[in-house]
Amino acid sequence: MIALWIVLGILVILVIFIIAAYNSLVQLRNQVKNAWAQIDVQLKRRHDLIPNLIETVKGYMTHERETLTKITEARSNAMSASTIPQKAAAEGVLSGLMGKLQVAIEAYPDLKANQNFLALQEELTSTENKISYSRQSYNDQVLRYNNKTQMFPSNVVAGMFGFKEGEFFEITDVAEKEVPKVKF
Amino acid sequence: MWELIRANERKSAVLIILMGILLAGMGFVIGMAFDAESGAIWGIILSLAVWGLLMLISFTAGKDIMLSTSGAKQITPDMHPQLYNVVEEMRIAAGMNTTPKVYIIDTEMPNAFATGMKPENSAVAVTSGLLRRLNRDELQGVVAHEMSHIINRDIRFMTIAGVMMGTIIIIAQVFLRGMFFSGGGRRDSKGGSGQIIFLLIAIAFAILAPIMARLLYFAISRKREYLADASAVRLTRYPEGLASALEKIASSDAQIPSANKVTAPMYICNPLRPKGMKAADLSSTHPPISERIRILRNMSGGANYINYQQAYQSVRNQSSLLPASALADHSDIPLRDGGSEGIPGAELKTNTRAATDAVLMATDYTLIDCNCGMKLKVPPQYSGKYVYCTRCGMEHKVKR
Repeated sequence: MIALWIVLGILVILVIFIIAAYNSLVQLRNQVKNAWAQIDVQLKRRHDLIPNLIETVKGYMTHERETLTKITEARSNAMSASTIPQKAAAEGVLSGLMGKLQVAIEAYPDLKANQNFLALQEELTSTENKISYSRQSYNDQVLRYNNKTQMFPSNVVAGMFGFKEGEFFEITDVAEKEVPKVKF
Repeated sequence: MWELIRANERKSAVLIILMGILLAGMGFVIGMAFDAESGAIWGIILSLAVWGLLMLISFTAGKDIMLSTSGAKQITPDMHPQLYNVVEEMRIAAGMNTTPKVYIIDTEMPNAFATGMKPENSAVAVTSGLLRRLNRDELQGVVAHEMSHIINRDIRFMTIAGVMMGTIIIIAQVFLRGMFFSGGGRRDSKGGSGQIIFLLIAIAFAILAPIMARLLYFAISRKREYLADASAVRLTRYPEGLASALEKIASSDAQIPSANKVTAPMYICNPLRPKGMKAADLSSTHPPISERIRILRNMSGGANYINYQQAYQSVRNQSSLLPASALADHSDIPLRDGGSEGIPGAELKTNTRAATDAVLMATDYTLIDCNCGMKLKVPPQYSGKYVYCTRCGMEHKVKR
């Protein structure tokens, strides 16, 4: 009789543990999804701002035609990317080009005095920041979620219900890698 | 970040329990001093009632009182896009779900504060003097510091601590004054040497408890400021932004007229320093600004809590600031570079214009851009349907 109660007690504790682990896994997975949505919103925002920016700077930056065309191409590439690694790669290219453009703009004082451009630049700077902060926040959430799916004992529950690991969103900044070679 | 929040929530609970015990003890001793038979119960009930009432007021109306006494006006994104964007960026960095409301205070002194018991129902306020002086990165640093107070639940924690200090001071004051006026005639009729001992204990309590409460409160407050700095760096990943903002704030000598002792700890820097005195010298609710700047500038290698802790140790020669649970996170958070610098003179001019416009719009002015480049500022009292440009004479319809 006592043995029966003990077995029953262990079973109840086990069920409670499984429920708790399952719920916290679901919660963490939702937070990852939510963080991803945040990145997505900001990426879309950047895609929307780019045509506007190019329209505004085109008249001033006659020597930067090539960069501007590249940005337009990179934008449409980024918009058609679907999986997370594809997006990360395409957005990396776009980020690098935008950084280049920001540097090039420094050489056009007329542009920096234009009120429309200043407002647009504030929006762009903010969107770039938001992308980078939301990426950090997303990766934090993915780390938390992955830890939960990999660590014992919650990994057993994760395996039972098919919780898959999340993917990190790592933008490799193209500009950083393409260091110009100096020849002597 | 989550570790810090949890640690803070634990501390809040411990503080409430400790304060409850201390207050009950104080009520007990004072009650006994008045009446040995039934005074103790009434003393405890009364002191807990005062505490409860103050807690209730500050938890339900604290935010509104803080905002209205400081003269803060709420702004919408179009009134000051940069400020709003910076707040939004920090919300995203912190993974918060709702953006705090943004307020502006029209005063020359550069300062900022945050308020709200819950992150979902919070507000950030900055002064127009701050907006005028700081560039984007510096503004971001200040906003990040204020948002950290919200995220770390510092405001709730400091409110609980402040209410406890207030209750102790009120009860002690009432008791000491009551003693002075009643002159002790009542006690003679009952006599008893136990009564006198209780009276002496009560007087000692009433004198010492407020001092202890104040010291404890200031110590807590200073520590929260360091923590908010550490969290701000973790959010912005750019310690220099906050450091140079603090430097600019320290070098100004304006005062916030509407700030008082109660609201002072909520600001980024002590708003109450006497005229002519530099902010770096004093402050009991805030650590010395010069030291905060030195810690920020000593950070190297990363933007995580552990990096701030290392800089803190090297500047202050003290071992612990952050709970071990927060330091367990060793992940590398790289520092970022500063944004592009504007033209110094031009930047002050655009910042000033943006800050002035935001204040005007927040106080219901209508701003109209004329084609000639003039900006018309129509006060809310103006009742006409049309205004004429003062430079070119063009007619504009006033949209209300």
